[in-house]
Amino acid sequence: MNFDLSEENEAFRAVVADFARSEIAPHAERWDAEHIFPTDVVLAMGELGLFGLPFPEEYGGSGAGLTTLCVAIEELAKVDASMAITLEAGVSLGASPIAHFGTEEQKQRWLPDLCAGKALGGFGLTEPDAGSDAGGTRTRADLDETTGEWVLNGEKAFITNSGTDITSLVTFTARTGPGEISAIIVPSGTPGLEVQSPYRKMGWHASDTHGLTLTDCRVPEENLLGERGRGFAQFLSILDEGRVAIAALALGTIETCLAESVRYANERRSFGRPIGSYQGVAFQCADMAVMADNARLLTYRAAWLRDQGRPFKQEAAKAKLYTSEAAVSATRTATQIFGGYGFMDETPVSRMYRDSKILEIGEGTSEIQRLIIGRGLGLPLE
Amino acid sequence: MKVAVCVKQIPDPALPGELDPTDNTLKRDGKLILDESDSYGVELALQLVEAAGGGSVTLVSMAPNNEVSGLRTALAMGADDAVLISDDALSGTDALGTAKVLAAAIGRVEPDLVLAGVESSDGYTGTVPEQIAAVMGLPSVGFAKKIEIGDDGLHIERQTELGYDDVVCPMPAVVSVTAGVVEPRYPSFKGIMAAKKKPVDQVTIADLGISADQVGWAGARQEIVSVTEAEAREAGEVIEDDGEGYQRIVAFLEELKVI
Ligand SMILES: Cc1cc2nc3c(=O)[nH]c(=O)nc-3n(C[C@H](O)[C@H](O)[C@H](O)COP(=O)(O)OP(=O)(O)OC[C@H]3O[C@@H](n4cnc5c(N)ncnc54)[C@H](O)[C@@H]3O)c2cc1C
Repeated sequence: MNFDLSEENEAFRAVVADFARSEIAPHAERWDAEHIFPTDVVLAMGELGLFGLPFPEEYGGSGAGLTTLCVAIEELAKVDASMAITLEAGVSLGASPIAHFGTEEQKQRWLPDLCAGKALGGFGLTEPDAGSDAGGTRTRADLDETTGEWVLNGEKAFITNSGTDITSLVTFTARTGPGEISAIIVPSGTPGLEVQSPYRKMGWHASDTHGLTLTDCRVPEENLLGERGRGFAQFLSILDEGRVAIAALALGTIETCLAESVRYANERRSFGRPIGSYQGVAFQCADMAVMADNARLLTYRAAWLRDQGRPFKQEAAKAKLYTSEAAVSATRTATQIFGGYGFMDETPVSRMYRDSKILEIGEGTSEIQRLIIGRGLGLPLE
Repeated sequence: MKVAVCVKQIPDPALPGELDPTDNTLKRDGKLILDESDSYGVELALQLVEAAGGGSVTLVSMAPNNEVSGLRTALAMGADDAVLISDDALSGTDALGTAKVLAAAIGRVEPDLVLAGVESSDGYTGTVPEQIAAVMGLPSVGFAKKIEIGDDGLHIERQTELGYDDVVCPMPAVVSVTAGVVEPRYPSFKGIMAAKKKPVDQVTIADLGISADQVGWAGARQEIVSVTEAEAREAGEVIEDDGEGYQRIVAFLEELKVI
């Protein structure tokens, strides 16, 4: 039994931590306040090789495992959830579907820039009327036999990385026939693809999220990604990795809440003593420390199983479920420990409180994770 | 273009340092990391080799316990290989002794250029690069902020108090690089994986033809008699602004000769 990450992963953690501390942490508060997507820093993350971590070297990736990606996301999340999700979505939603299901031509066309972080991809699954039940997709793609083009019509909601200056594509799920959902790559700037103005969000202010409208949007027939009619099933099969990556994001959040709370509990005094000398505060920190360990163990067990080529669906769902709920709880507690300062936007744990709620919603809500776990237990859940 | 870069591996400055009470030197038995002030030399070397269209960057380091952690960081940045001198006899070696050892190791590399940091972050003697040059009989330029390779040799901008000197210098030469003059690259994961496989030539002083009495405490011309705490900095002067406060500030800055 060995709970240590490899020496290389620890060396890489030090590099990403250094990058996060110098390039992200000093600006995170301003990006949050002004809703800025910092393209230059995302490009710098690309130069560091973060976006290509789990992809083959022949397309500009690093050939690393999910564990290494988790290390990077965890370290970014310690200082800024927005940049962590930009990486997570860029890899798991943007590039991964193409790496897994793309033809050789599609991989050669799209992956090098996605791996280098010079471009970002989005994945358009959720619709205004279909989220958890993504099989209820209404967006249609009809094949125009005369021109050999797909004609897309419909609307997507909440799509991450879909409207940045460097977004190169969005992969859409769409109905291509009765009971048939397929995935189709639509390059940015294709006529008929309209990127709506950014949402006003509770958190993740520096992450890019848009609604997208498709109106007679035409792309060549060969932009079909993977098998016709398997678009939804394909996506479900790669969702597990994304869930582990989200767990790593939650883990980084919890770790910072713990460190910040302990620091503040030692510094802040009330009634003549540090607040950490009161059990009411100290025990909250103790609980948070247990959450951090639980989160770490669940996250890296799932990542390790995946890197061993073993089944990890259940472990991914458990990691995502536990860590996201623990993150919401830890950020709420940390905000409480900071008292009035905790309610101020410039306090990092306050930003983390706002940033954490989405972790229980995106890439499968907590209820959906429980559904997966319940079914895994052999229960006759609908 | 072959560049040798002297890099020191030091105790992590983020952790509290400890002195060895027997000889008043910094304890170096834990994990050591790349001295940040040497990362600028590594970056400059990589840039020079890239600009020259080819060549290699060899690291030269003297460290206890065959320590390679700091070297791996520089190898992950892109350096090609390393020479590590590690020998129990080296404990207590002073700056000149260090220069002799490094010079002997550099001599085996036969570089076109030797780079070093102006001073290390843990010792601050700031004399080793010049001593290496003297031992090797090479020209020495200190405080470089920019280096270019011209037809007539190295073109160096050498930082001075008032600005910089333009220096032209034949090669090979030993040049010390001022901290902060370039942005050291972050090692990528691919770089870290590649660094594992890059050659580190581990040598002893015997391999370099140096005898034990020339180095270590035996060869040192210094003894650390005692160490005292640095004086705490005094509180600054607070100037109450009665409308004329700016005059006091101007006078203060003039006194410091900064304006
Ligand atoms: C900031 C942000 C970024 C996002 N990025 C992307 C993206 O890049 N691409 C993308 O495709 N989507 C993205 N999403 C969408 C996200 O994945 C969905 O919001 C999420 O899957 C939930 O879907 P929904 O909003 O339609 O909620 P619904 O599915 O309508 O769920 C509403 C509530 O009902 C519960 N519920 C639903 N079904 C069941 C059930 N069977 N049993 C028990 N409870 C159930 C849910 O858990 C939830 O609590 C993003 C969302 C946000 C907010």
